[in-house]
Amino acid sequence: MTSSIGQKFETVIGLEVHLQLNTKTKIFCGCANLFGAEPNSLTCPVCLGLPGTLPVLNKAALLSAIKVALALNCSVNPRVKFDRKNYYYPDLPKGYQISQYDLPIAEHGFVMIPVPEGTKKINVKRAHLEEDAGKLVHDMVAHSSLVDYNRTGTPLIEIVTEPDLRSSQEAYDYLNILKLTLQYLNVSDCDMEKGSLRCDANISLREKGSTQLGTKTELKNLNSFRAVKASLEFEVHRQEQLLLAGERIVQETRLWNDEKQMTLSMRSKEEAHDYRYFPEPDLVPFTIDQATIEKVRESLPELPAAKFDRLRKQYQLSDYDAGIIIQDQTIADFFEKCTQHSQEIKKICNWIIGPLLQEINSRKTGLAELSLKPQDLTTLIQRVEEGVLSNLSAKEVFALMVETGQTPDAIIKDKGLAQVSDDSALEGIVQSVIGENQSVVEQIKQGKDSAIGFLVGQAMKKSQGKGNPKKFGELIKRRLQDG
Amino acid sequence: MITQKDVKYIASLSRINLKEQEVGRLTKNLEAILHYIEKLKKVDVSQVQPTSHVFPLNNVFREDVVQPSLHQDKAIKISQNHHQGSFKVPKVIE
Ligand SMILES: [Zn+2]
Repeated sequence: MTSSIGQKFETVIGLEVHLQLNTKTKIFCGCANLFGAEPNSLTCPVCLGLPGTLPVLNKAALLSAIKVALALNCSVNPRVKFDRKNYYYPDLPKGYQISQYDLPIAEHGFVMIPVPEGTKKINVKRAHLEEDAGKLVHDMVAHSSLVDYNRTGTPLIEIVTEPDLRSSQEAYDYLNILKLTLQYLNVSDCDMEKGSLRCDANISLREKGSTQLGTKTELKNLNSFRAVKASLEFEVHRQEQLLLAGERIVQETRLWNDEKQMTLSMRSKEEAHDYRYFPEPDLVPFTIDQATIEKVRESLPELPAAKFDRLRKQYQLSDYDAGIIIQDQTIADFFEKCTQHSQEIKKICNWIIGPLLQEINSRKTGLAELSLKPQDLTTLIQRVEEGVLSNLSAKEVFALMVETGQTPDAIIKDKGLAQVSDDSALEGIVQSVIGENQSVVEQIKQGKDSAIGFLVGQAMKKSQGKGNPKKFGELIKRRLQDG
Repeated sequence: MITQKDVKYIASLSRINLKEQEVGRLTKNLEAILHYIEKLKKVDVSQVQPTSHVFPLNNVFREDVVQPSLHQDKAIKISQNHHQGSFKVPKVIE
């Protein structure tokens, strides 16, 4: 991305990501942690903040948070506690959010992102556990907002970077790598549309060479990674124009408007940030011992960056191929299982990246939902190698394999898709092709050998792709020599 | 030093409406409390573990097992204002 910013200013971006954890229950009560239920049907006295109730921490939420912390190369604090973040807003029934202030689960981690010069370390300042707020709807009833507390108490982990990102592209890359890593951990469905992954951005400009941070704005309502990128680009331009005109940046929250493709100052009745944190007296502190940390560490899967390196080395995959294969853990596993049945690694890779991903995308489903076995794909590849199937028929067989879960051999037999290599069956076709294309035959007789390809093509067409093209070539040559 | 302005600000953050004479009284009270805190701050606690909770307890957990929630109609009945299963509040965004 080139921009006029190149000359005078440097962009400084920090990101906050909120991730809803996919535990069965909420963080401090036994209500089910589910999306899409009837409003206020998943609430109880604890998550409604009724007097006399007490929160109790869900152990699974803490373990998921440790998992995230380790995957982001953070150090896990041996002693953690929860704090109250106080503010009044109707999405918060208690008038405070239980969060973590000075003793978060994790600190000092990093994520590596690709940059033109190689890779760059983006430092993760901290990751902490907190409870999600309820959901507000503003446009249903005049002069009113409606509140649904089902989401209240959903376990959240907030992941905060240092202001290390220097462009909207870096922010975009960081988010993609972070999301992929979190998906591998299986601690969240990471679905931005459902709000299980949300991102806020802080952005400021400063004169090149300066080490002081400029005044920042906070961007919210970023509903996709593309919106994050576009809003940052807009904001870079807006701030740059202000600074060049000698004006000051106002520290404020701005909302991204997807239709207008611009950020707008947020005018709401929200107070200035003064959260008056204090230790949550309703929860005791927690100690996280080394044995627990090690146990979680052992449970971590191979993470995307490590898998990328290994696939490249172990199977000599190109960066491009490996980059696509690791985008989905189940696809990567499928690829590796295929390689146990066949040495045709490049072909396996091409089938996966091409037809298989097409099937998955067009069906809007996952590999797990298709009844495709690794061995069936490698058998299909083998049948093409053996000349039993043309490339064209192989695609047809593949589509049926995905559709029905049948083996390729069963489909080939059923549909009569095997290439015909038997001379007598092909002779008739060759004879009629030659009969119909006398002018081409003349050209070949005068020495234009390349025209044979045309006749083979015609013969393939007549056989509806079932003839073996090599065999057709031989038969046509023999016939022309004889005749 | 705590001023009447601080007290009014804190009251507004907590959505408490104070009468003028209450502001005066509370300013004095809070001043006394802060004075006491200043005194506490002078105690040498370098050898004492920070306390965030009065009970000598750690690691009180709940297993991740679903418990029944309240029914929607029961839940929203705790407020007088509701609309189709949602709580209804004065509009908070312009
Ligand atoms: Zn609950």
